Amino acid sequence: MEKFKLVHYVNQFYGQIGGEEKADQRPILKDGSVGPGVQLQSLLNDSAEIVATVICGDTYFAENTNEAIGEILELIKYYEFDGFIAGPAFNAGRYGIACGAICKAVQEKFQVPVLTSMYPENPGVDLYSKDIYILKCGKSAANMREALNNIGRFITKLLEGREIGFPEEEGYIPQGRRVNVWAEEIGAVRAVNMLLKKMKGEEFETELPMPIFDRVKPAPPVKDMENSIIALVTTGGIVPKNNPDHIESANASKFAKYNIEGLNDLKKGEYETVHGGFDPVYALDDPDRVLPLDAMRVIEKEGVIGKLYNYFYTTVGNTTAVSSAERFGEAIAKELISNGVSGAILTST
Amino acid sequence: MVKTMEKFGLPTVHICTIVPISQTVGANRIVPGIAIPHPTGNPELDLEGEIELRKQLLMKALNALKTDISEQTVF
Repeated sequence: MEKFKLVHYVNQFYGQIGGEEKADQRPILKDGSVGPGVQLQSLLNDSAEIVATVICGDTYFAENTNEAIGEILELIKYYEFDGFIAGPAFNAGRYGIACGAICKAVQEKFQVPVLTSMYPENPGVDLYSKDIYILKCGKSAANMREALNNIGRFITKLLEGREIGFPEEEGYIPQGRRVNVWAEEIGAVRAVNMLLKKMKGEEFETELPMPIFDRVKPAPPVKDMENSIIALVTTGGIVPKNNPDHIESANASKFAKYNIEGLNDLKKGEYETVHGGFDPVYALDDPDRVLPLDAMRVIEKEGVIGKLYNYFYTTVGNTTAVSSAERFGEAIAKELISNGVSGAILTST
Repeated sequence: MVKTMEKFGLPTVHICTIVPISQTVGANRIVPGIAIPHPTGNPELDLEGEIELRKQLLMKALNALKTDISEQTVF
C-alpha cells in the first residue's frame, strides 16, 4: 500500500532556523522532515511520509496572518499530500494560533485531514478547536515524545478514514458538538444515583461540567440619583422592527444601540424581540414588557432620575457565550461611563 | 454582562426572572422580574396597571443602584 503523504508546519525554533531573533522568518519550505518532524517520521514508520516541512516565524505569522497563510498555501500546492499537521505548539501562544490558523486554511483549501496539538490553555484552542482537531498535549517540549506519539496515532486514523471517537477517548480538545448516545439507564435513574453518591461522599462523574464564575466587587452606588443619567440595557433582544442590525436570535455575536430621544413608549409593530429562547408573544404585543421605556419616562418626568440616557442597548442572551457577554458588558460600560451615565438597569428574560 | 459592567465601574442592576442563575453567574444587584416572557410586564393587567407595575419594579431597581452593598444582594 502506498504511504500517505504529509506536510508538516513548524515555527522558526523547531524548524532550526533560530530563536526569538528569527521570529520574523517568512515562510520557507524544506523537503522531508525537520526538527520534531524527524522523530515523528520514525514513529509513523511505513504508514506515512512527511514529504515537506513549512517553517515560518511566529511573529511574521502573527503580524501578517493573511499574507503568511497565502504564501504557505502557495508553497505547498506543488506537493501532492494527503494530510497536514502542525506543531506541537505546547503552550506557545503565537505558535498555537499559527498552527490553528494554517490548519484551518489548509483544510478549507485542500480538503484534507489536518491536525495540530497544543496545551489546552493555548489561545489557539479557543480560536480553532471548533474548526479543526486539536490534540491535547503538555505545556512544554518535555512532553514532545508523548505529543508526537499521539499525533502519529491520530493522523493515521484520520488518513485511513476510521471512525473518530469522543474527545475523552481520542485525546482531542472537545469541539462543542452534541452527539446522541444510548445509555443503559434513563436520566432520572442516573441523576438519583449520582445524587446518592454525592450525599454519601463517594466519587461520581458529572455528565456536564459546570463553568466556574468569579465574583466582582460591587461598584460604588449612584449618588444624587435626581441628577444622574441612567441607561436601559436588555438581553431580551428588543430591536426596531425588522432587526436592522441583524442581532442573532441565539449566541449573539454583537449588541446594538438605538436612539430613544423623544420616544416615550415602545409600540407593538415598531419594536420587536428577536430572542429565540422564550415565548415572544407578550413582548411583541408590548415591547415595554422587556424594555420598560414607558415607565422609565414616567419616572424621569417625576424627577426621580435626572435623565434617561438617549440610547438603549440590546442583545440576545439566549445561549450567548460568556466570553461574548463579557466583551459586550465591557464595551457598553465604557461607552456609558464616557457619556456621563451613572448607572444602568439591565433586563433579562 | 451585568457583572462585567459593574467590574468596569458602572453600578448595574439585573432585573431578571431566574434569580439563582443571576446569582450563580455573579451579578451584585438583582431585582426579580415578573416572568420569563415578560420580565417587566403582566398581560393579566390593563395597560395602566402594567405601567404602574413597571414603575414599581424600576423604583426597586433604582433603589438597588443607589444602595451601597458589599456583596451580592437581591432587592
